[in-house]
Amino acid sequence: MLRGWKERVTGTDVVMWLIGAAILGVVIVGSVATLASGRYAGRHWFDFMVFGLAQGSIYALIAMGYTMVYGVLRMINFAHSEVFMSGPYTAYYVAAAFHRSGFLDTHPILSLVMVFLVAMATSTLIAFLLERIAYRPLRGAPRLIPLITAIGASFFLQYMFRGLYGPGFQAYPVVKALEGQFVFLGLRILKFQALVIVAAAILMLALYSFIQRTKVGKAIRAVSEDKEASYLMGIDVDKMISTTFVIGGAAAGAAGVLYAIMFKQVHFFMGFIPGIKAFTAAVLGGIGNIPGAMLGGIFLGLIESIGPSLFLDGLGIVAPYQLKDAIAFTMLVLVLIFRPTGILGERLAVKKA
Amino acid sequence: MTRTLTLWKHGATTGLLGGLITVLLSLTGMVEAFSQRQIVTGILSMDQSLLAAAVVFMAYLAAKRTTGSRPLWVVINSLTCGFVTAAMLMLLLLVGDWIHLRAVFVNASPVLYELISFGHGFETAPLLFVAYPLCALFAGILYLLPGPVRKMFIVSLACILGAGVLQDMLRPTLTAWESLTDLAEWIFSANGLTGQGALALFILISAAVLFWSFRGKAVKTGYRNLSPAGQRGLKWTGIAVLLAVLLILPQILGLFLSEVLTIVGLYVLLGLGLNIVVGYAGLLDLGYVAFFAIGAYVTAILTSPELGFFNLSFWQALPFAILIGILFGVLLGIPVLKMRGDYLAIATLGFGEIIRILVLSDFLRPWLGGAQGIGKIPKASIAGFEFGTPQEIYYLILAGCFLVIFISLRLRDSRLGRAWKAMREDEDVAQAMGINLVATKLLAFGTGAAFSALSGAIFATKLTSVYPHSMNVMISINILCVIIVGGMGSIPGVIVGAAALVGLPELLREFAEYRLLVYGLALVVMMLVRPEGLWPEAVRRREFHEEELEENNNAAASAPASS
Repeated sequence: MLRGWKERVTGTDVVMWLIGAAILGVVIVGSVATLASGRYAGRHWFDFMVFGLAQGSIYALIAMGYTMVYGVLRMINFAHSEVFMSGPYTAYYVAAAFHRSGFLDTHPILSLVMVFLVAMATSTLIAFLLERIAYRPLRGAPRLIPLITAIGASFFLQYMFRGLYGPGFQAYPVVKALEGQFVFLGLRILKFQALVIVAAAILMLALYSFIQRTKVGKAIRAVSEDKEASYLMGIDVDKMISTTFVIGGAAAGAAGVLYAIMFKQVHFFMGFIPGIKAFTAAVLGGIGNIPGAMLGGIFLGLIESIGPSLFLDGLGIVAPYQLKDAIAFTMLVLVLIFRPTGILGERLAVKKA
Repeated sequence: MTRTLTLWKHGATTGLLGGLITVLLSLTGMVEAFSQRQIVTGILSMDQSLLAAAVVFMAYLAAKRTTGSRPLWVVINSLTCGFVTAAMLMLLLLVGDWIHLRAVFVNASPVLYELISFGHGFETAPLLFVAYPLCALFAGILYLLPGPVRKMFIVSLACILGAGVLQDMLRPTLTAWESLTDLAEWIFSANGLTGQGALALFILISAAVLFWSFRGKAVKTGYRNLSPAGQRGLKWTGIAVLLAVLLILPQILGLFLSEVLTIVGLYVLLGLGLNIVVGYAGLLDLGYVAFFAIGAYVTAILTSPELGFFNLSFWQALPFAILIGILFGVLLGIPVLKMRGDYLAIATLGFGEIIRILVLSDFLRPWLGGAQGIGKIPKASIAGFEFGTPQEIYYLILAGCFLVIFISLRLRDSRLGRAWKAMREDEDVAQAMGINLVATKLLAFGTGAAFSALSGAIFATKLTSVYPHSMNVMISINILCVIIVGGMGSIPGVIVGAAALVGLPELLREFAEYRLLVYGLALVVMMLVRPEGLWPEAVRRREFHEEELEENNNAAASAPASS
């Protein structure tokens, strides 16, 4: 077994191991130093984790759209971040109207449900039209063509919404019922973060069982496995691709409202960063793999919120929180180097991608 | 019944889409913003031409999609498209009259309603159902016309639109020459083309297009029948003329246009570098801006007295910038050697972002200047001549472009270039043919990074300062768009792509708000209509049009038999 290792190990392998070892060293030294310094109490870590979990579940919901579309079409749907933005931005006008009339404070649950429905409907519509108008005519084109189309559609949608709703930030109305915190087993959780986590969990569960249990879900899985074969089995492939976009759009719209509840503002450019993060999450989990996208999203959210304090603070780095995105992307690159198919990805071999 | 329905269907659906587009154009504020500008003074304003262009395009699409190409049905389909579009705009007017749309849509102003309804609200609104179907009818007839005539109309109308839109650039350029001042005043009025100018332009360009479509073949065969020496002579004369024009260009164009040219030139440098990585070697790199940033920052650190580490001159710093660029290209290439396709794209995007975030952070601020960047970078100078103004920097960039184009051309036909192309088509087969994948990939990353670092170094001395905010992922995406819109793997394509995607938007700065909207729309339409790019490589053109070519060949083969 061990004989002949010299022939099998190439120079690039050594370089990669060195990179991996260096980063691992930084992480271990940093974590030990931070924990030894005792700057953060257990309560702080718990807060970080809840925040990370909330943000991560939003990433996870958006990542579902990326991963499902990648599954059926093998394309990065760059415009998905704009699908995400369109929902809460449109629903803002409903929320603001409810806020003005006082309905938001008297019937918080009903009005939140309405806001969610409007956002999901808008995002779904945008995703559906996007597929019909921009992507459908490109079936079978070389792979870079749909990518550029998606980039173009992303620009178009961003600036279309900028033109429609204006260029400024809009402050999302605060729901009074979601202010404050409640105590659970001696741990304090902010109410809106709890709502985000619970709502995202319910939505993910619903989506997952839809894909796993229903006939349509089965058909979608078949299409992402093999388009020609599912066509021969009598599945309407185009319809299933549309359905995929619709489901992904609905999830993104819901994620958008959760994002607006958490960060309390909407803007035409708000989709860009969460979009890239969610795509990263989808790749982390193994693109094309739905549970992988969920796991990747939550993992990324947690790493982003805990990482800067845990790994970097102890090394005496100034303002470590600025580097949270760098940690997220380093994570991504590391996963891709050492496990190129993502955490859960096995269906898509290196060759197929 | 069902048969007639299918015949109507495309007109109605494209009409709905056209209506959606015109309503969006109105509500995003483009119509109102453009109404200030005239294309042909007193006859056609820019907002009318925008809406008309949208209808003509959609109606042409409807005509093209008609099931069974009987002329009558083509016309009916395009007319339907026009009517449906007009109806959607009418609906917008009715809804706007009924609800206060402005609470949500900031641009739904009374001025907009007046513009849409030709000036007098509901009194003149019925004109919608005359004007739009007329435009649509024109599109339908256009589709039925023989090829050369159709081309003539499209090209000359597009040229008139272009001349009208770019009037602010063209008029001063013409008036800069004393002998042309009269001509300029004859063609352009204070805010648009004059009627006679537009007509003259139309006739001139139509004649040119018609000449080319009837005599172009003869010219081409004439060229082919020349002796090889004659062909070469003609080619070199062409290149010499082009060179002479490029050399005097900034002197003719003035400050602003020279500035635009320098930006286009920087993108040509970047595009040619990415063209090697993506176009030749097929490695989708979305973090390409990282090497641009490295080139710019290395130059800044080595030359800027603000930091005071080295205080080198630009020319002393340039080799280091390029070498460090190559080093990073190879270093970042090693971890991604085994990745393919989208995984590679997203990993390189990650690298690009990591570098930007590190540069931006307070952590590296003492060395890289943080968010404020680094200033006071000296200008480049040769023997006392300083490259200061855009007109002077243009020559620096032009020299860089020539160097990079020369290297790209030589690499394309070299053994390495062929290895890259083999790898692009199929990695496994390439490896089986004895190509060392590791070395070939790293050479591609390194060469691309070198070009990009060169561009970054020139960028640093052009602005005399560098900021992390000018190094974001949008630049990587823009460069990718440049090479794909230009035509992947094609060197003239990169230049055309940079001019179209970077130069044109710079010229249209006054419509800044709508620049990116139009940019996005243009990318989508471009990919739907002409996916191979504006100036594709010959091989790619054939790949994209395989079926058409075969049809043509079959037609050519059967034609002599039937006659």
